[in-house]
Amino acid sequence: MPRWAAERDHRGIEDDDFPPFPRLPYVRMRWGRQWRHGRGPLRRSTEDRLVGGVAGAISRRFCIDPAIVRAVFVLLGLSSFGVAAYVLAWLFVPAEGEETNIASRALNDLRGIAMAVAFVPLLIIGLLVASALGVSWLGSLSWSLIISAAGLVLIWRNASDPEKALLHRAAAPLADLVTPGSRSRFVLWVRLGLALALLAGGLDALFAGHRAAVGAGPLLGLLLVIGTIVVLFGPWWLRLARDLVSERQARARAEERADMASRVHDSVLQTLALIQRQADNPQQVTQLARAQERELRSWLYEDQPLGSTNEQDLTFSAGVARIQREVEEAHGVAIEAVVVGDCPLDDQLRGLLAAGKEATVNAAKWSGDPVISVYAEVEGSGVSLFVRDRGAGFDPDKVPSDRKGIAESVCGRMSRVGGSATVRSAPGEGTEVTLKISDRARGNRSHATPR
Amino acid sequence: MTSPKVPTVFLVDDHALFRAGVKAELGEKVTLLGEADEVEAAVELIAERLPDVVLLDVHLPGGGGKAVLEAVRRIPEADGVRFLALSVSDAPEDVIGVIRAGARGYVTKTISGTDLVDAVQRVAGGDAVFSSRLAGFVLDAFAEMATRPGAAENSPAPSFDAELDQLTAREREVLRLIARGYSYKELARELSISVKTVESHVSAVLRKLQLSTRHQLTRWAAERRLD
Repeated sequence: MPRWAAERDHRGIEDDDFPPFPRLPYVRMRWGRQWRHGRGPLRRSTEDRLVGGVAGAISRRFCIDPAIVRAVFVLLGLSSFGVAAYVLAWLFVPAEGEETNIASRALNDLRGIAMAVAFVPLLIIGLLVASALGVSWLGSLSWSLIISAAGLVLIWRNASDPEKALLHRAAAPLADLVTPGSRSRFVLWVRLGLALALLAGGLDALFAGHRAAVGAGPLLGLLLVIGTIVVLFGPWWLRLARDLVSERQARARAEERADMASRVHDSVLQTLALIQRQADNPQQVTQLARAQERELRSWLYEDQPLGSTNEQDLTFSAGVARIQREVEEAHGVAIEAVVVGDCPLDDQLRGLLAAGKEATVNAAKWSGDPVISVYAEVEGSGVSLFVRDRGAGFDPDKVPSDRKGIAESVCGRMSRVGGSATVRSAPGEGTEVTLKISDRARGNRSHATPR
Repeated sequence: MTSPKVPTVFLVDDHALFRAGVKAELGEKVTLLGEADEVEAAVELIAERLPDVVLLDVHLPGGGGKAVLEAVRRIPEADGVRFLALSVSDAPEDVIGVIRAGARGYVTKTISGTDLVDAVQRVAGGDAVFSSRLAGFVLDAFAEMATRPGAAENSPAPSFDAELDQLTAREREVLRLIARGYSYKELARELSISVKTVESHVSAVLRKLQLSTRHQLTRWAAERRLD
């Protein structure tokens, strides 16, 4: 029953507790033999990645701050050669924890290869156009674009599943373009149009600007091109970054659960050891077993961390569970607690719980019944709690003074919070204490400040 | 109904230790027809030996107790076989799940030997066995269904189901007393009715639980898991 695998953990994880990847000391190592002994083989990082983890891999292997590696890639990317280099590295460097790289897997993917080869005619067209116009940069641009596109197709088809998921998320805005009726589609077209206009202006300024004003043209052009990139990719990158954060949080949560599971196992083993040592003391054994059972249950079904007794945000049912725990521990009886409905605690209910605990302790001490039933019910505005035992019982008319005192203190508590308590008992037939608050709204109003 | 006839029992549980314990506790008071520790063998042997009562663990490898229940239900000869669910799991969705699949009752594995024999005899006699915990779960489920706003509109066939989806005041009272720890006998005395009437109320609740087509019940169970 691997229940710890279920998605049930909502405990908050602070946003700033990634990266699990140890921050490397920002040391520029001397270029020499040392870098050869860097940090193991070149592996694309799964922790420290923005796209494919290539920059993370390089930074780790050569002990360079990843930000620097990324900056270099972006600068190279402007010349369009960097993109192709990045894609190739993505293809040929295996990911962390994987034996093979994507390229070797792609060898078996004949359809993928066919699709990649389909880009070759495009390349030829590009090269022809470039030579016809006599612009060499168009030729190199087509080379790197085609290599990148073909590489991305292979990566898309052959990457491991988590990487595929990442790619799908990254490509989602593109999918919006062709999905009819989506609201973001319009926005995307506007952005695309704006980006094209900026790009046209920028390219014009870059390549024609020298005719007009020397110096200012290329700068303006560069700014416009950068503007294009921001308009086109900005929201996309923001979303990627958000996804990365949530991915890391999910991983942290999984780790926390695994940690919790090992603590649970440890706690159970210790209880078993204690039980073996106490084997000749049945009451102790029962008590140990009950305590362990309660702990496991509260963790499995109530989603409470082990051993936590958080005073705040306690609900009524948690309060009843606490009475159960405390009385079982102190008096070695079993409490069968059943709660129907739930609500947050207020002063009135705290009073009710205190009275209920007293009644339970009373039953545990005096009835002689090994099992005591506690039933609590929240229904509309009313809350009731029943404590019942099948033990000795007593004649309410002829109670010894010590027991009368307890009964009165339970009743007293209840009347102070605006509720009622009744005790029903007969010798040999057990006792039932009924605690009721019938109209909580009225009781609360007397405490509330007038509006 | 305490029939003098000794009921025949089949035991399905994947923990050998627990099976041994139950066998020792049941002793001479029942006739044990066999035992199984996984779904497939259990279904096969139950169909072959046709016991009065199957003591069924909720958590079993290969689909759980629910799988056994569903498979045996499809065998016409095994029509008279009744199931009593037995579990350490108190997750409401598991408990309600086996009841809805057709079990006649649910008890926790911490139950005492005499209580277990009593429960087996009751189930063999065609009655339902509600532990206090199960009564609590059922009250919880039906209370939530009744108070949820808009629940009626979402129900596929409201007029037809309306009766099935509500507990009568008397049934609610009976369940509440069971949850408070009353035995059937004590309950009958408390309400000044016969034990037979108590049993028929409990059986009615069981029927409602099993027949209700409302999605709320399943949704209730599903939500509990996420809570």
